[in-house]
Amino acid sequence: MNTDIRVSRTSNAAKVAAVLGALIVVILIAAPYWAGRADLRLMGEVFLYLALASLWNLLAGYAGLVSVGQQAYVGFGGYMLFALTIFAGLPPLVAIALAGVLGALISIPVAALIFRLRGAYFAIGTWVVAEVFRLVFAQVSALGGGSGTSLPTDIVRSMAADRSAREALSYWLALGAALIVVTAVYLLLRSRKGLALTAIRDNELASASLGIDIWRTKFFVYVVTSGLTAVIGALIFLQKLRISPDAAFSVNDWTAFVIFIVVIGGIGTIEGPIIGTLVFFLLRETLADLGTIYLMVLGLVAIVVMLKAPHGIWGFIRHRFNLQLFPLGYRVVIADHTKGD
Amino acid sequence: MDFVNAVVQGILLGGLYALFAAGLSLIFGVMRLVNIAHGDLIVLAAYLGLTTTVVLGVHPLVALIVVVPVMAGIGYVLQRGVLNHTLGDDILPPLLVTFGLSVIIQNALLEGYSADPQKMDAGVLETASVALGPLSLGLLPLLTFAIAVAVIAALQWTFYRTPLGRAFRATSDNQDIAQLMGLNKRHVFGLAMALALAVTAVAGILLGIRTSFDPSVGGGRLIFGFEAVIIGGLGNLWGTLVGGVILGVAQTVGATINPGWQLLAGHIAFLVILAVRPNGLFPRISG
Repeated sequence: MNTDIRVSRTSNAAKVAAVLGALIVVILIAAPYWAGRADLRLMGEVFLYLALASLWNLLAGYAGLVSVGQQAYVGFGGYMLFALTIFAGLPPLVAIALAGVLGALISIPVAALIFRLRGAYFAIGTWVVAEVFRLVFAQVSALGGGSGTSLPTDIVRSMAADRSAREALSYWLALGAALIVVTAVYLLLRSRKGLALTAIRDNELASASLGIDIWRTKFFVYVVTSGLTAVIGALIFLQKLRISPDAAFSVNDWTAFVIFIVVIGGIGTIEGPIIGTLVFFLLRETLADLGTIYLMVLGLVAIVVMLKAPHGIWGFIRHRFNLQLFPLGYRVVIADHTKGD
Repeated sequence: MDFVNAVVQGILLGGLYALFAAGLSLIFGVMRLVNIAHGDLIVLAAYLGLTTTVVLGVHPLVALIVVVPVMAGIGYVLQRGVLNHTLGDDILPPLLVTFGLSVIIQNALLEGYSADPQKMDAGVLETASVALGPLSLGLLPLLTFAIAVAVIAALQWTFYRTPLGRAFRATSDNQDIAQLMGLNKRHVFGLAMALALAVTAVAGILLGIRTSFDPSVGGGRLIFGFEAVIIGGLGNLWGTLVGGVILGVAQTVGATINPGWQLLAGHIAFLVILAVRPNGLFPRISG
C-alpha cells in the first residue's frame, strides 16, 4: 500500500466555482452597459439584500446572536448619510464610509447593554433598541421628524454628471458592497477568529472549555456586523433618495425578509444567503402582484423550511452532493497511488 | 397635579401591559418559548372581538365569551401542530417559526380587514369616570387594572394550587422526568399555550375598546409585554404586573413632559432597569 494522505482546504468544485464566480462578477460589473434601467435598479436591490443577509448570517448563524433588531443599524446608516451630507456638507461617498464607522461606534454601548439578555430575550432586546433609534430620529425635526426628508438635489447632482451615470454609480456601489461583505465574511471565517466562531456555532460549551473567549468573540462580530450594516443602510437610502423613520427602521423590510432569506437559503453557510436572496427575489418578482398573499406565502415557506429542512436549500445540496463552494472546512484527501493492487 | 394624574393613569395603563405580558411570561415559564407572534395574536383577538360584536350585536365584554375559548383553541392547535416541533436546545427554530407566524397573521388580517384602523364600541364604558378627590379616573382603565389583577391572581392560583399547575411546574423543571411520571409534555405545552392565548384574548378585547388598532400594531404590543416581563423578572407573575405598572408610569409621565416622548420614555425606563438590574426586579428563574 502506498497512500499519500494530505489535508486539503480546496476542492475541484471550489476551483470551478471561483472561476465561474469571477466570470459572473465581470459580467455584473459591466451591467450598466447591457442592462436596462429597471433591471439595474432591481439588481442593485438584490446586492444590498445579499449583503444584509450575509451579515445577519454571520451574526446569527455563526456567532449565535439571533438579532431581530438589525434595522436599527440600517436606519442609523441611512440617517447618517442624510445628516452628514446635509449638515456637514460631506460628499456622499465619504458620508457612507463615515456612517459605517459611526454605526460600529454606537453598537459598542448597545452591545454592552443587550448582551445581558440571553437567547430569545436578546432577540427582542435588539428590537427594543431599534425602536429607540426610530423614536429618537422621529424627534429630530431638522431631518423631517416623523414624516422624513428627501436628499437635496444638489447633493444628488454632486455624485455624477447625469442621471444614467448616477444610477450606474449607485449600482456599482451596491455590487461593490455585496462583494466586500461576502469576501469579508469569507476571510473572517478562514481566519483564527473564524475558527473560534465556527467552534462557537457548533458547541458553545466545548469551545469555551478550549479557551475561546466567547463574550469577546461575539462582541467583535456584533460591532463589525453593525458597522457594515450601517454602510448598507446608507447605500439603501442613497438608492431611495428619501428617508422616514418608519421606512428606515422597518422590522419587516430589514429583518423579517433578511431572516427568511437566510433560513430558506441555509443558515450557517456562506452560500446560503446567496441562494436565499435569489429565491427571495424570484418569489417576489413572480408573486408581487398578489400583495399580502405573497408575504403570507413567504412566511409559510420560511416556517416549513425551518421545520422540515432546518439547514435550508444549501444545507440540502451540501449534504446530498458533499459540496462546498467557499472552501472553509478541511478535508482529508487520500491519493492512492497503487490502484489495482 | 398633572404629575400625580400622570402617575395614576400610568399605573392603570400598566394593568393592560401586564395583560400583554402575562401570556408571554406563562409560556416562557413553562417551555422557555419566546413567542414573537404574541403581539399579533393580541391584535388577532381584538379583530375576533370586533367581528363578534358586529355579527352578534353584543357588547365587547360579552364577546369575551366567544373570543376567549376560540383563542384558547387556536393556542392548543398551534402548539401541538407547529410550536411543539420547534422546541429544543436551539433557540433559532421557535424564534423563526413565530416570526413567520407573525408575518402570516399580520398579512392575513390585512387581507381580511384592510389597513384601516378599527375600534370596538363599548358605549358608556368608554367615557364613564369616577371622581377620586381632585382626580378623575376612567371606568375602563380602572376595570382593566382590576381584570389584570384578577387574571394574574387566577394564573398564580392555577400555577401553585391545581393539578394543572403542578403539571406546568413539573414539565418546566424537568421535561423528561415529568414525562416519566406520566405527563404528556406535548399536551401540557398545548394547555399552557391555550391558557396563555385565553389571557391574550382578554388583553386584545381591552386593547380594542381602549384604542383604535390596525394589523400592524402587534409588534409594539409584543415589545411592551416583553419589557414588562423583563422589568418584573422572568417567571414572576406578580413581578410582571409591577413591570407593567413601571412601564405604564414611565410612558404617561414621559408624555406629560413632551407628547413625543411617551414611547421613548417607556423604552428608556426598560433599558435603565436592564443596565442596573439585568435580571429584573424580582427574578424567579434564570433565562
